[in-house]
Amino acid sequence: MGDLDVQARHHVTVSGRHTSGPTLMLAHGFGCDQNMWRLVEPILARDFRVVTFDHIGAGRSDLSAWRAERYATLDGYADDVLAMCRDLDLPPVVFVGHSVSAMIGVLAAVREPERFAQLVLLVPSPCYIDHDDYRGGFTRADIDELLESLESNYLGWSAAMAPVIMGNADRPELGQELTNSFCRTDPEIARSFAKATFLSDHRQELARVNVPTLVLDCTQDVIAPPEVGRFVHAQIPGSVLVTLPATGHCPQLSAPQATAEAIAIFASEVADTADRP
Amino acid sequence: MMTSTGHDSDAPEPHDDAVPGDGAVGRAAFSALLEDSPEDLYENAPCGYLSTLLDGQIAKVNATLLGWLGYRREELVGRRSFSDLLTMGGRLYHETHFAPLLKMQGQIGGVALELRAADGRRLPVLVTSVIKTSGDGQPQLVRTTIFDATDRRAYEQELLRARREAEQERRRLQELVTTLQASLLPPSLPQVPGLRTATLYHIASRDEVSGDFYDLFQISRDRWAFFLGDVCGKGAGAASVTSLIRYTLRAAAAYDGDPLSMLTTLNTALFREYRSEDPRYCTVIVGVLTPDGDGFTVALASGGHPPALLLGADGEVAFRQTRGGMLVGMLADAVFTTTSVRLGPGDTLLLYTDGLTEAHAPASGTGDGRYGEEALHAFATGLGPTTAEGAITALAEVLRGFGDGLTDDAAVLALSVPAAEISPSGKGRL
Repeated sequence: MGDLDVQARHHVTVSGRHTSGPTLMLAHGFGCDQNMWRLVEPILARDFRVVTFDHIGAGRSDLSAWRAERYATLDGYADDVLAMCRDLDLPPVVFVGHSVSAMIGVLAAVREPERFAQLVLLVPSPCYIDHDDYRGGFTRADIDELLESLESNYLGWSAAMAPVIMGNADRPELGQELTNSFCRTDPEIARSFAKATFLSDHRQELARVNVPTLVLDCTQDVIAPPEVGRFVHAQIPGSVLVTLPATGHCPQLSAPQATAEAIAIFASEVADTADRP
Repeated sequence: MMTSTGHDSDAPEPHDDAVPGDGAVGRAAFSALLEDSPEDLYENAPCGYLSTLLDGQIAKVNATLLGWLGYRREELVGRRSFSDLLTMGGRLYHETHFAPLLKMQGQIGGVALELRAADGRRLPVLVTSVIKTSGDGQPQLVRTTIFDATDRRAYEQELLRARREAEQERRRLQELVTTLQASLLPPSLPQVPGLRTATLYHIASRDEVSGDFYDLFQISRDRWAFFLGDVCGKGAGAASVTSLIRYTLRAAAAYDGDPLSMLTTLNTALFREYRSEDPRYCTVIVGVLTPDGDGFTVALASGGHPPALLLGADGEVAFRQTRGGMLVGMLADAVFTTTSVRLGPGDTLLLYTDGLTEAHAPASGTGDGRYGEEALHAFATGLGPTTAEGAITALAEVLRGFGDGLTDDAAVLALSVPAAEISPSGKGRL
């Protein structure tokens, strides 16, 4: 029963209208889990079927499924996305990827475009580190500093917490009381995901995207500055760029209404196209 | 009102009867309390205070924090955001963890970050933020307290460094153990014409060299010797004994080629080497294979080792009684037992260490909760006529089934003669 497996493994949740309209798949980025979508998900669920999930290693995913080699690069995460589309028997999805998941979506869509109706890249960056003329915004030293930050903030993390974070069915009360649990990750996993995210360079893949794509960026964002959004837009043929009236790297939290609307307008185009004879 | 130093001289003089405590000291303390205005408490608190708008823009900052960072108020208020004060790595952490959590929970506490002072200095701090909401629950601004964590961070760095070192040492140890372990076992068994061989080796801990060993080697044009045993103890000591055992048995085999004299030579060597301090001994079963028609004659000698198990081509399973031999290396003139086994087409001979039979296996129904020889016999009977590979594959499954019950190292060596293509007699045995 592959579908049950994949559902539990990624703590997949499905909401919204199960109509003939498009299915949105919301993928969270590095740091937290699918809770990142909690403000936009109810808005989108009014018009669409919405699938959210946790990447392996995050949130309530099955931590035992995490393998250092598999998740050393974004390809492992892209494989998971494709496996979910397949095993959950999803029609071609509107894939909404936040931050690093935008690029995970790009990799998946380049590999199996038929599984994607559209891509929505929310504050994407194909490469965080500066290279020659390209300005990703960071140096290798900055990324090492992040790894240090991760480490100093995981001093309090202990293996004993893992069952709780994994959603230990025996003691649900513990899960309730945990603060910061949305963004709590096994330090080794967090470190690996941070490296896979911030040391990746997938600029080459952008031009190979063959799916209608919306790029969403913010007026001000340290992690994905406007020039990076423009770069992604310029590289993906026929893509649309919309700048949200929001600051920071998490517009789905700081401007949920505007973010949801931008996604909904774009996704409705799929529905319109599909309705035509 | 905004004073950056503590005292006003015109504070009211308290009345004696209102003073908690006695005398001049009490009076001074009370006077200090009265003059401690909320503004002064804010400005010169022993921690940094920062208020920011929801987009991060700094709206208010106290003198303590300005002092730590070396900024003037007008350089920050309305001009910089909180994340501008962080190191680049800190900013990434802020955007990916801190800000989303604050937004979702309304507060976040005790996060370790580093601030950058005006002169570039790094200031390790612990940061706690809460979102202040209006009466109708609308978020208005973010209040942040910042504690100097220089000493704590130095201590934590020390702990982290120690942990990394410990992890590195452990990895080095495991590499060493793996290498040493590999050097004590043949990398692969040689091909013996007319014989199939297979082995199983389970190491209980990656941190310690196992005391189980085995080997198979040629001693003359058509004769082969093998042994399998278990050194008492583990680790470096066991490794050095195992090494001694291997080369002693190999040398003795080349010299004599008789299992009993191989064991006797080993006993003498071990007894002499380890007599004085730290006595070392082992159990071992030694065999010599001599071609014999369509199979082999196997001469066996055992020193305190569990009996070998013969799985016949006819489905019969029997322990070959090599019991009664003494531990090797314990006494100067130890006595060992010998037996001879005929290994014909379709027969399989199993040698194993007690890690297998003494595994905790409550399901096997033995009195002491161990797997035991009876269970092994029953298992082999259930297996029917098999091959070296078949027996080892099945036993590997048994070992996996023990799970955590398999507490000791275990080694198994299987030897079999391939069954005749078509055997009219139905039996390979003479």
